[in-house]
Amino acid sequence: MKKNVIEVKNLEKYYEISRGLFSRDKGVVKAVDDISFEIPQGESLGLVGQSGCGKTTTARSLCLLDPKTNGDVKFLNPESQELESIDDLDDDELKKFRRNIQMIFQDPYESLNPRWTIKDIILEPLNIHNIGNLSEREEAVKEILTTVGLTPPENYMPRYPHELSGGQRQRVSIARTLIMKPKFVVCDEPTSMLDVSIRISIMDLMLNLAKDLDISYLYITHDLAVARYMCNRIAVMFNGKIVEIAETEELLKNPVHPYTKRLISSIPVPDPKYKRTEYELNFNELDEIISNNPDKTMVDIGGEHFIATHDVKDILY
Amino acid sequence: MSNNLKEQEELQKQLRKDALRKNWKLFSQSKLGMIGLYIVAFFLFLALLQPFLFITGIWNPAIYDPVVGYDQIKAELLVIECPKEYPTEKYESYSDCPGPGEVNIKKLYMAPDLKVGEYYDTFIQPAPPSKTHLLGTDSLGRDVFSQIMEGSQVAFVLGLLSATLGVGISTILGTIAAFFGGRVDAYLMRQSDLILMLPSLPLLFIISAFAELKVWHLAVVLGVLGGLGGSVITIKSQALQVKVKPYVDSARITGGSKWQILFQHILPNVAPLALLFMVFSVTGAIASESVLSFLGLLNIDMSWGIMIYLSQTDGFIFSGLDFWWLILPAGLAVTFLAGGFYLVGRGLDEVFNPRLRKR
Repeated sequence: MKKNVIEVKNLEKYYEISRGLFSRDKGVVKAVDDISFEIPQGESLGLVGQSGCGKTTTARSLCLLDPKTNGDVKFLNPESQELESIDDLDDDELKKFRRNIQMIFQDPYESLNPRWTIKDIILEPLNIHNIGNLSEREEAVKEILTTVGLTPPENYMPRYPHELSGGQRQRVSIARTLIMKPKFVVCDEPTSMLDVSIRISIMDLMLNLAKDLDISYLYITHDLAVARYMCNRIAVMFNGKIVEIAETEELLKNPVHPYTKRLISSIPVPDPKYKRTEYELNFNELDEIISNNPDKTMVDIGGEHFIATHDVKDILY
Repeated sequence: MSNNLKEQEELQKQLRKDALRKNWKLFSQSKLGMIGLYIVAFFLFLALLQPFLFITGIWNPAIYDPVVGYDQIKAELLVIECPKEYPTEKYESYSDCPGPGEVNIKKLYMAPDLKVGEYYDTFIQPAPPSKTHLLGTDSLGRDVFSQIMEGSQVAFVLGLLSATLGVGISTILGTIAAFFGGRVDAYLMRQSDLILMLPSLPLLFIISAFAELKVWHLAVVLGVLGGLGGSVITIKSQALQVKVKPYVDSARITGGSKWQILFQHILPNVAPLALLFMVFSVTGAIASESVLSFLGLLNIDMSWGIMIYLSQTDGFIFSGLDFWWLILPAGLAVTFLAGGFYLVGRGLDEVFNPRLRKR
């Protein structure tokens, strides 16, 4: 059986807000509210949901950009091949650990420093962790540029980000991410800012790299078609919670949760004669599951297909 | 391999040159910026010309030194007798007599032998512009043109020194405030509010009452005041914008330390704005110096402000344009150099701020 690259249990991220004179009224926004999932080695999990449902916050918590409020996150340590929590690590260990996680950002125009050359951008992780000598680093940059399809690499290394197209820039971000040979990469809608015509080539590149280098992705997107192309499993997120998680085909063909159904029904159909009708929410199935399993928060309805059992009627309507 | 590296380095150099050329092209498209640059270059030329003239011996320091030089300008004045009643054909009122190049016989106590119609040989100070003194001499017989040159040296030293210091301070503090936030930020922002609130000119009066202010003292004071004031807030806002860019996030994910991120990502992206601030604050420094020395509060040998101050204390400032060479050159020099730096700033603004570009 494959080992998990990451196990997330009951992750919570709250933001405190205060209102009124001298901030007397205090409250919290539950951006990520008690979510759990795990990703096996070499597989990808898609995190889909509407804007503002907490996808990016989840990603930022996992990458240690924003500290999580609560919860238990364990990563696979590639040296000992065991899942380890990173809560108790000191600064040096944390820095070493950070080699294993990387993130690809949504906007290829903003995720590369405009004052650096492509070579410097890709070299940055190697410089930070002080890996290899100068010529080795340069060789590594050339190799990774060839891997992501920017050939010949000598032509790209001295250029600046603004001299490249959107697709080329996203290839550079991917190269920068992969130079540390991470086993787990968080992708925050890496193709949503790209032209439709380049999107598929970038996705193919990422899939091939995942296969060759045995990388697991947490792929965040609001596009179910992209998620279907990229991911083995899909988790549907709504209002800070995961409401349904299943194998990709199973989830798309046999959705159970009313929110998932609505999300799937909202996919545009490329047929000018097709008239979309508003999806009518039907809670019967969900109510049945909830009443049969009063104690559980997530219910397996067969074949690793999990449904959240919290009440969403008020929020969805 | 090494061959490849060399080629690549050359390519990089070429690209950097291209970027510079591109920026220069953008700047030169801005007419205001180019006018400003010409004005600044002209004054820089004046500032550098004076030591050259002294070293090569074209100018004798005993005559042309802006502070201790002295030249006797000979003049022949026609001796006349002023009429008792006005208006006459020649003079409209009492104050018009004697006219230019004339002297009233009743005032010639030191030469009682002269008669009306004869010429009286004398030395005049201030002397109007002539071939030897292009802008005339002041009331102590010193060359005004040489003083203008000296004044432009003072203006450049003061302006650039205080601007560099001020922008250095505000860039460092602004980025630190943005990056660390929290209490550091709160303290720095309240401090700059306080400095903004203080009226700087009265504050400078007080400082000059307690301490002898020389050029570089004034540069430090102006630089620190400017550096702690409003520019910290602007630089901080720019740094805040850079701080949330994804490339900073990705450096953090990779494990970059705070200082690495501060010096490698945030500072280089704040630098253009800082440079712009520097150019604009030169203007303020030059103007402040003129005001302070006009009020006689600075211990400086010579500057444009001092030239106007002297013409005021010697009583020439209210005589209209009769003694224009004492007031206009210094006044125009202050106006033009400050304006020139401002225009250069406007031109640079168009280079650094893509939204202002035409197209």
